[in-house]
Amino acid sequence: MVSPALTAAVGEVGKGFIQERTSETLPCQATDKLFCFDWAKEHIDRYATPTLQHLELVVLSVLIGFAIAFALSLLAHRHAWLRPPLLAGTGILYTIPSIAFFFLLLPITGRGSETAIIALSAYTLQIIYRNTMTGLANVPDSVKDAGRGMGLTERQILWKVELPLATPEIVAGLRIATVSTVAIATLAVFAGGGGLGTQIYGGGNLNFATSIIIAGGIAILMALAFDVILLVGQRLATPWRRAVSG
Amino acid sequence: MSTLLPHPLVASLGGAIEFIFTPQASNVTGGKTVGGFSQVVELTLTQLEVTVLALALSLLVALPVGLYLGHRGTGELVAVGIGNAGRAVPELALIALMATAIGVGVLNLTVALAVLGVPPILTNAFVGIRQVDRATVDAARGMGMTELEVLRKVEVPLAIPTIFTGIRGATIAIVATATIAPLAGVLTLGDFIINENVYGDNGVLAGAILVALLALFLEFGLAALQRRLTSKGLRLSPV
Repeated sequence: MVSPALTAAVGEVGKGFIQERTSETLPCQATDKLFCFDWAKEHIDRYATPTLQHLELVVLSVLIGFAIAFALSLLAHRHAWLRPPLLAGTGILYTIPSIAFFFLLLPITGRGSETAIIALSAYTLQIIYRNTMTGLANVPDSVKDAGRGMGLTERQILWKVELPLATPEIVAGLRIATVSTVAIATLAVFAGGGGLGTQIYGGGNLNFATSIIIAGGIAILMALAFDVILLVGQRLATPWRRAVSG
Repeated sequence: MSTLLPHPLVASLGGAIEFIFTPQASNVTGGKTVGGFSQVVELTLTQLEVTVLALALSLLVALPVGLYLGHRGTGELVAVGIGNAGRAVPELALIALMATAIGVGVLNLTVALAVLGVPPILTNAFVGIRQVDRATVDAARGMGMTELEVLRKVEVPLAIPTIFTGIRGATIAIVATATIAPLAGVLTLGDFIINENVYGDNGVLAGAILVALLALFLEFGLAALQRRLTSKGLRLSPV
């Protein structure tokens, strides 16, 4: 262990020497140990930037995916003939493995986080679209009739009756899409999109279990955090459900 | 004017298609050629092989458990919880850790990939069986069916669409992740993508096209199989 005070005392010249010595004496630079706490404690700060990049990839992809899928759902809700082609189209985008998608986009968008975000948001479309459509379809006709009886226009029924009642299903889709995207975004490293994948695949990390476990662990925690946040958000947005389901 | 030159997109697509059918020189393999139809077939078959093996293993583990728990109506927390947790597993970390900590090779890879297949199959089998109308199940018992017959002749046929959704999800997850199998020492189509310095830009694009086609082929194949397995009386309802 190198204390910050010691490093400061030795100065810039001595710093490299100490770090070299440290890595020699640390047993976990070798691959014979599954997880080395000493190394993890000393190098945890190197995961900050990849974690933020990962967060950015996930948030942007899910937001873009949600905006598109939500708009498509509203269109399909009004025009029934759009439903089969939209289901098939989003299904094909969902089926194409993300890593293949990255490289199919490469000749068009080049390397970088943009390519990763396009592929990741395309992946979320099917999940969000299907859940939104299920949610809208599950709204009982009697409730919509009641709205009409109260003098609501079709547009008001959509925004004030159908969408609020479909919120649990819509959020359920959003949760599945977000959790999956956190996991799949580790592959963005292949598209040059950064993120936690760089600490698993990039620069010799592939043979270093400690780094794989830390990066993978952060991804799992991030997925869990998103899941809880979205669930709490849904509870807050649908106060009437608490009275019913407890 | 550049109107005589093909658009760069058309050019790269042409290069990728050429890579699939004709072997090409590579800058790093020392005179040996890369790509071409025979290598494409070889890598495709390997990817299919590990996909089928991993799918078989996850079916073997998850399907009986899911069907049993669904039939008994217990263990919802486990069956649904595993499905939710499974989505959060980062594929890249799973394969990399498997290769680093346990070792490379087809067997280890199959186990790692099967881990991805178990959650969707387990959850959907459980949910599918649970969703079968209890009155229908009671009617079957009333007719004198044994528990196994109830499961085999009533619950499973009615749950086929949901069970198959799980199997399709598992297949897509496994075949997609088998693309990064070269990291675990098994050469699949992903080798074209990951070892860019060997195969060049044409190889990378060719690999991406082939992986996408393979996944779509499996998805459509399973969808067709699902339609055949769904009993005639249920086929009218949309899936």
